[in-house]
Amino acid sequence: MKNSKSRRTIIKLSTYALLATVVGIPNFAFADGKTLKIGQLGVMSGAEASWGLVNKYAAEATAAMWNEKGGIDIGGEKYKIEIVSVDDRNDPKLTVSGSERLMGQEGIRYVIGPNTDVTATSVRPIAEKYNAIYFPYASSRSLFTQPAENAVMGMVASYQVAPAILELLQKERGVKKVAFVARNDSDGLSNRDDGVAAATKLGLDVVVADATYEPNVTDFFPIMSNVVDKAPDLIFLPASAPSNTPLLMRAARELGYTGLFASDSGQDIKVIKEMAGEYGDGLISIGGASTPEIRSQYMDAFIENYTKVAGEWNDEAGTKVYALEVILAALQAAGPAAIDDASLFKKQIADFSMRNPFLKADSTLSFTGEADYGQKRQIGVPLVLTETKGGEFVTISIGAVK
Amino acid sequence: MEQVIINGAILSANYALIALGLTLIFSIMNVLNFAHGQMFMIGGLVVYWVCTVYQMPYGVGLAAAAIGVGAVGMAMERGLFQRVMGSATREENSMLLAVGTAFLLENAALYLFGEKQRGIPPMVQGVYRIGSAFLPANRLMVFVISLLLIVVVLSFVYYTRTGRAMRALAQDRAATTLMGVDVGRISMFGFGLGAALAATAGGLLISVSGVNAGIGTAISTKAFIMIMIGGAGVIGGALLGAVVLGFAEAIGYALFPGSVTYLIIFVALIAFLLVRPQGIMGKPWG
Repeated sequence: MKNSKSRRTIIKLSTYALLATVVGIPNFAFADGKTLKIGQLGVMSGAEASWGLVNKYAAEATAAMWNEKGGIDIGGEKYKIEIVSVDDRNDPKLTVSGSERLMGQEGIRYVIGPNTDVTATSVRPIAEKYNAIYFPYASSRSLFTQPAENAVMGMVASYQVAPAILELLQKERGVKKVAFVARNDSDGLSNRDDGVAAATKLGLDVVVADATYEPNVTDFFPIMSNVVDKAPDLIFLPASAPSNTPLLMRAARELGYTGLFASDSGQDIKVIKEMAGEYGDGLISIGGASTPEIRSQYMDAFIENYTKVAGEWNDEAGTKVYALEVILAALQAAGPAAIDDASLFKKQIADFSMRNPFLKADSTLSFTGEADYGQKRQIGVPLVLTETKGGEFVTISIGAVK
Repeated sequence: MEQVIINGAILSANYALIALGLTLIFSIMNVLNFAHGQMFMIGGLVVYWVCTVYQMPYGVGLAAAAIGVGAVGMAMERGLFQRVMGSATREENSMLLAVGTAFLLENAALYLFGEKQRGIPPMVQGVYRIGSAFLPANRLMVFVISLLLIVVVLSFVYYTRTGRAMRALAQDRAATTLMGVDVGRISMFGFGLGAALAATAGGLLISVSGVNAGIGTAISTKAFIMIMIGGAGVIGGALLGAVVLGFAEAIGYALFPGSVTYLIIFVALIAFLLVRPQGIMGKPWG
């Protein structure tokens, strides 16, 4: 009996000691410097999990790179970067509670995400309440146009991509007839409308404008049967998820389609290779900083870190590298007070400029968006267009958003 | 028109495999397995892993998916469902448990296999022309294997001793127990068979449409539509439900814009259930 009692005491004491050690670890680890918390909010489970997870991994990879160097220097003091992530399951109710948690409870003033128009719209009142800045990957103009002033777009919008792609393909590939096949949700349909408007303006013949597919469809053969029947030169896939694009391409090719494809969203070459195989060529889409011919050594290091964080590289992350780097550089320029006061960050926007660390060529990153939103509420990321050729992305054009 | 018929037939055969597994579990256990789609998803991911990462033949992947997920199904039945159903007084408990296992499997898959869509290249290349219609060889292969599997499962259920015990259990649990059947073992086997069928369907369709960790809920929703049409717990009903849904989708996509098709399907389903809530082949008393 006595033995069993003392064994229990030893187990209890060991457990307390272990708990004390575990609880104490963060204090020791961050004892040397301050912590800069950055929020990341998005869909990280369910069918669209890849959208939010790519943002999360990209932010964590960037944070790891800075933390390896001892943190980021803001106003002469080093800050460790901590990414606080919340999964909204693409549900606006959870987006609201998630942003309350990040901006209200955690006191975070800079949040990356969320991923769709509907969820991004639901963040706006909370961001305004706490005077926080968020970087949604959504393109609804109302998010970025006055009186809204707390959202900054971290990518190129569909209505900026679609005209560029269509014009390029009309001039250089002789495209005359276009079919649009959109995902039946808010982003897919609004991107489709933007694309149809751009095609009409360019004088292209829109042979299919109303083909849509449900977000949960897995077999695109029946949908594509009708589209291919109309013999387009180009099938445009507005807001198509990387999981759907290769399936749409494969279905069309199996139905005898030999034309081009285009998408205004980021894609992943590994998924295209696996899913579409030999049918994966001929897709023009928005690219990031990741194609070998344009990327810098810093981008190589980012890819390495991303692979460590996520387990494997995802080309879509090449379009998501900019938000955190720009937040950090703008905070450095604005000074430490801006960490808790986003008004100081907003003041920086007008004249902010930094060298684009992800591209080999000399180029600058600044805020833009006056043409579309009447104010600078978009990171001026390069408008990179790529084409799939022989199982690789090849850069075919680099432009800029005005 | 030929294309619509081909699309409908292929969709029906794929759906039938999914619905068959779900209806087996429902009829034997009286459990609405909300994790059925997640078992489909894991089956597909296992095939991906075996064929892509370990570079093994497709047949090995398919067998690994069926056996592995079947074993997971049996373990779930023995370790979770049998315990909960033995002690719970309300049916909702088993439903909540099924929902919980669906989330668990989805998050486990997300952790183990990542967030990307996974797929494998077609097993056979080429496209056949039938009149004005196209039929990819890989889809034809999946169609034929699906039909063969359905025949094998139906033969097992109707002509073997274990199959008869499963059907007896579906009809009257108490009487089956009194006849000396080891109800616990048959339930476990039935659950495992249902899970294995879902996994096989996932393993077959990964070469056609691929899978990702979040696809389970969409698959479960379709499976439930099928068994609601055909009649819950009736094997023939599940197959009929699959044919109805497969052709409804194919015809709908041919005649209407994509978004309208499922709107019509859901409205028609609601109207149908108002008139015949037990489904086409279900009995009014359950």
